[in-house]
Amino acid sequence: MNTTFKSHASLLLFLFSLFLFVPAAPAHADELTDQINKLAEGGFNDRQKMIEALAATGDSRVVPALEALGDGMLYQQKLGGKVFIVERAGSDFKLIDPVTLEDAGKMPKSALEKIKVNNRLRRTVRDALGGLQLNSKNAADRLAAAGAVFQSRDPEAIPLLDAAIAKETKADVKKVMLEARAAAVLSSDLDENAKLEAIKVIEERSGRDSRSLLLNFANTAEGKLKTAADESAGIIERSLAAWAGVQNVWYGLSLGSVLLLAAIGLAITFGVMGVINMAHGEMVMLGAYTTFVVQDVIRTSYPQLFEVSLLISIPLAFLVAGAVGVAIERGIIRWLYGRPLETLLATWGISLALQQTVRSIFGPTNQEVGTPDFMSGAFEIGQMTITYNRLYILVFALVVLAALMLVMKRTPYGLQMRAVTQNRSMAGAMGIRTDWVDALTFGLGSGIAGIAGVALSQIDNVSPNLGQSYIIDSFMVVVFGGVGNLWGTLVGAMTLGVANKFLEPYAGAVLGKIVVLVFIILFIQKKPRGMFALKGRAVEA
Amino acid sequence: MTNFIAGALGIRSYVFIAVIAAIIFVVGFLNLAVPETSSFYMSSYVVSLFGKYLCYAMLALAIDLVWGFCGVLSLGHGAFFALGGYAMGMYLMRQIGTRGVYGHPELPDFMVFLNWKELPWYWYGFDMFWFAALMAVLVPGLLAFAFGWFAFRSRVTGVYLSIITQAMTFALLLAFFRNDMGFGGNNGLTDFKDILGFDVQSDTTRVGLFAASGIALVAAYLLAQAIVTSKLGKILIGVRDAEARTRFLGYRVEHYKLFVWTLSAMIAGVAGALYVPQVGIINPSEFAPANSIEAVIWVAVGGRGTLVGAALGAVLVNGAKTVFTGVLPEVWLFALGALFIAVTLFLPKGILGLANQIMNKRRERQATGASAQPQEAD
Amino acid sequence: MRSYLKTLLGATAIAGVTLAGATAHAAETIKVGILHSLSGTMAISETTLKDVMLMLIEEQNKKGGVLGKKLEAVVVDPASNWPLFAEKARELISVNKVDVVFGCWTSVSRKSVLPVFEELNSILFYPVQYEGEESQKNVFYTGAAPNQQAIPAVDYLMNEGVKRWVLAGTDYVYPRTTNKILEAYLKGNGVAADDIMINYTPFGHSDWQTIVSDIKKFGSAGKKTAVVSTINGDANVPFYKELGNQGIKAEDIPVVAFSVGEEELAGLDTAPLVGHLAAWNYFQSVDSPENAEFIKTWKAFTKNPKRVTNDPMEAHYIGFNMWVKAVEIAGTTASDAVIDSLIGVTVPNLTGGYSAMMPNHHITKPVLIGEVQADGQFETVSSTPGLVPGDAWSDFLPGSKDLISDWRAPLSCGNFNTKTGKCGGQGS
Repeated sequence: MNTTFKSHASLLLFLFSLFLFVPAAPAHADELTDQINKLAEGGFNDRQKMIEALAATGDSRVVPALEALGDGMLYQQKLGGKVFIVERAGSDFKLIDPVTLEDAGKMPKSALEKIKVNNRLRRTVRDALGGLQLNSKNAADRLAAAGAVFQSRDPEAIPLLDAAIAKETKADVKKVMLEARAAAVLSSDLDENAKLEAIKVIEERSGRDSRSLLLNFANTAEGKLKTAADESAGIIERSLAAWAGVQNVWYGLSLGSVLLLAAIGLAITFGVMGVINMAHGEMVMLGAYTTFVVQDVIRTSYPQLFEVSLLISIPLAFLVAGAVGVAIERGIIRWLYGRPLETLLATWGISLALQQTVRSIFGPTNQEVGTPDFMSGAFEIGQMTITYNRLYILVFALVVLAALMLVMKRTPYGLQMRAVTQNRSMAGAMGIRTDWVDALTFGLGSGIAGIAGVALSQIDNVSPNLGQSYIIDSFMVVVFGGVGNLWGTLVGAMTLGVANKFLEPYAGAVLGKIVVLVFIILFIQKKPRGMFALKGRAVEA
Repeated sequence: MTNFIAGALGIRSYVFIAVIAAIIFVVGFLNLAVPETSSFYMSSYVVSLFGKYLCYAMLALAIDLVWGFCGVLSLGHGAFFALGGYAMGMYLMRQIGTRGVYGHPELPDFMVFLNWKELPWYWYGFDMFWFAALMAVLVPGLLAFAFGWFAFRSRVTGVYLSIITQAMTFALLLAFFRNDMGFGGNNGLTDFKDILGFDVQSDTTRVGLFAASGIALVAAYLLAQAIVTSKLGKILIGVRDAEARTRFLGYRVEHYKLFVWTLSAMIAGVAGALYVPQVGIINPSEFAPANSIEAVIWVAVGGRGTLVGAALGAVLVNGAKTVFTGVLPEVWLFALGALFIAVTLFLPKGILGLANQIMNKRRERQATGASAQPQEAD
Repeated sequence: MRSYLKTLLGATAIAGVTLAGATAHAAETIKVGILHSLSGTMAISETTLKDVMLMLIEEQNKKGGVLGKKLEAVVVDPASNWPLFAEKARELISVNKVDVVFGCWTSVSRKSVLPVFEELNSILFYPVQYEGEESQKNVFYTGAAPNQQAIPAVDYLMNEGVKRWVLAGTDYVYPRTTNKILEAYLKGNGVAADDIMINYTPFGHSDWQTIVSDIKKFGSAGKKTAVVSTINGDANVPFYKELGNQGIKAEDIPVVAFSVGEEELAGLDTAPLVGHLAAWNYFQSVDSPENAEFIKTWKAFTKNPKRVTNDPMEAHYIGFNMWVKAVEIAGTTASDAVIDSLIGVTVPNLTGGYSAMMPNHHITKPVLIGEVQADGQFETVSSTPGLVPGDAWSDFLPGSKDLISDWRAPLSCGNFNTKTGKCGGQGS
């Protein structure tokens, strides 16, 4: 009790001194400018000291300069040595005074020199900003600042935090501030009880970085504190382990959704039509390149549309790949019906030619396909991280599958398609134009492969080799799931995805994949027509 | 047996054997006996190149045996070829002895490099040529037997079989890429010095290996020809054209298929074993599914179900590849792709099939006069 | 039947053509072979090197060629197929009669052509960073050896306070060796075995979810963690995308890569990757007059203002200039004379200094550590004070610590054992 009082007293003293210091600062705007100018001097170590010194002023006017420094937008004039925040303006830079934030004219890039930062400095800046922005008016800034303090564990931030916590009205921000305070307490020289309390707070926070923090603390702590920290870290560890299984299922489903997307077009061309389409992977590639071209046009002409570039790409990719598919069917495959092995060879030839075409047009190197903001980043459920792009891809795969099923089961075209594939001559006798149905079906399968390319461009290389890496997997999924059955493709893709991800931690990525392949080979022996085989005489044809 | 072979051989076989013999002789002579300054001199580059073609021809022959006569389209024959190659490569690695860069008497360089302390058990015996040669045949044979035993018994046919053969070679590709397997990982086995005490780099050894490939090709051809012209061959063709019917006639279809399949894998293994010392390296990329598919195309180009045609196709396509990748590198894939498409669309029976058709027509015309009856398309 | 006889003869005729090409070799030009894959999986990296060689040769011809003769480039396509590399190397040397070859990228392609160069006694310039453990009479290694890339990078991170290490690589010989060397080096510097995690993935690995989350987990043990990545080529894009999405920031867990350069970043949105590191001997962003000139020429040559330059291109630049200089010193293009005069040749590199060819056929280079910037370029955050000589045999591997290489007479040995005093590796 006594010690707590003492610490509170020292805290008050500290706050008081801070109070004395802060109002004094505005009088020395020039001094601040001088200090900021000094950021450009010396090496990384000197710069780190300067950042810390700036942070110690507690003056919120240093925030823009520090932010610019972290973002690499703080430059020094080569002549005169004055430091400015810059903004790109064509080939020149627009200069902004780092303290007053007034416009200071323009300058060519060559007259300025960037003030270099590395990871350590960026970290220092982040920590410094954390301390400075706890009182910001913007709740998001306060939240970020509290998060930064949690990372920096700077004991000097405790009084600032206490003041901020007292004022804070938003519950979620307050919680993060309390956690940040606990983290800071652990690295302070406060007494044991305060630290034990802090350990509990951090244990409740849970998650990887909490565990990291506790273990880090336990490394240096002694006695009761060490055991408490270890215990809490253990509790977090167990809850993490419990979530690891769920996380694995999620990874598996996510991998499965990629396989599903890659295989779904093949389930039409190979599964329904019986064409062994080795050029399937290249249809996926065409879709990905369509996305690249769309984004390229958007970047140069309509930058404001970037967020919806993928939505624009989807129908275009469908049309491009679908049109190529129809052309292939009309030009080559229709001469080869009834000779499945020959279609395999011919489509392999097509795939080589398509790859080389793309290579000739776009060059052999990877193309950059950007990720719109809504697909970047991740969120947490319990102890599990889910990245947005994987989530959207999973949802997208399911939507595509559902749409395809609707087309197949509920539209007249789908009916005709099924009729033609089940009994061509009978369908023809009923007045269905079988050759056009063939062409459209192949086009549909190829178009869907193109759509898959849009999604895969978000997680993989966009290069001429893109298709090659999916072709074997796609065939495995279709054959494993059962040819001619879309449900089979779904279940097959998800099963293989999850199996792969559960094997990976034990066997490693390579062995895991080998095991899955061997499993498929053996499975085909047992059920030569896959999991969900079509029954009846039609399949024997 | 000799009687049987002689009886079964048509004029085509004699020509084939004569051509191979002539090539061996001419190439050997031009390389060894003609002085280097002469414009008739054939450099060892060409000798190795032709040696490689002959090995490919043998692989094509093996594929034609199962595809052309038994209807089993294997898209994984490259795996058997590569396994044979690895067996030979292991022998050649052991022959290096202390001449590796680290000078270790027993371990190949890549093992020293990765801190392996002793030779893994599966490398034992490979210092003896007979053992390696045996393994080059046995390992692909055993794999094919096990694979075929499962697959044919459960009546996996057609497209499904083709796709799981792809899976097989793909799985092997991944496995051999792993450095932990002890086969040198991605770098594979290379930097060979001797074979049976002869320097692999010397011209005489090159010609010797080249001749051996030619002889092996002829031997494989004779064996395959003997099989397809025998009663067994008739049953195989029955299986190819109507598997269910053959089964209902009382034949154990899977036994016939398994026999030919395993034999074919063994021939591919021998081809691989001869290939490795001539090109100087064996590496997992030989397992790549694309290689196996390309090998099938050689057969299709030459003419499926003709044996001679398969060998011819292999030499032609690879010859074209050599020329194109030197002269017009960018065009090669277009040319190869177009070849695949053109052959399947316009030459379903390959070059030899086309030649046969033309000849048959001419013969018929000579026999029945100008007003020949319209021929039935087969 | 006559027809297939004819076709077989036709096949022989193909070879005849190549033969005729050999005999019609004229001495007016000096031929330079370029052995880089233009198709297949490696085309993505190697095509650029073919272009840079063509540019260098064109520039040299503008200056009047070498020894009063014009240079002539002979380009072949080994199509990312390793046996084909050996075959094409033989074709270049014995059929096209080239005097020097610039080529190869992967270790396996180099290993495949080694015996050919040895047998036909020609010269190969190899421009890519590699695992070391090799020094061959006919090969000049202008890329970085592990001590010119990996070790300085790790030193930099140790200075930054990193205590825990993830060594992640593609499963082939370069990452395996580099990681072996680094593991020995880190342990020698007091890093506990528990603080090193080693992970290998196959070529073209695209699903990084599990591994990235493992890295996150490994990095949450309370010590500053860094990832040393020897992940190769195509697998990098999905790897970095996953890193960015799972929120691994360079400030928390930096990734230092040895195979990621400007060319690889060109296929990526680098904004989430700012601060991740790479160690090379050259960055496009290096501020030197030679580099500015080189970039200008390159963009003009490719007619593409967006084309980037990278480290292996600089290696070819250095190698080519070294060869030109050595030929001028030797007064001939004969292999033995050029090989001898190459040792000791010094030419400007693009980072504002000079690189010299050493007796072990490796060169001296500065080592730069750069951080990825939002514009896809690197910013140098650290560089070695002087030039680092390439070490053919690592001091940190038990098999090679006693070996040295010196191709000058009288030693003339690529694997001289300083303990036994004999040429020929460990010996026994």
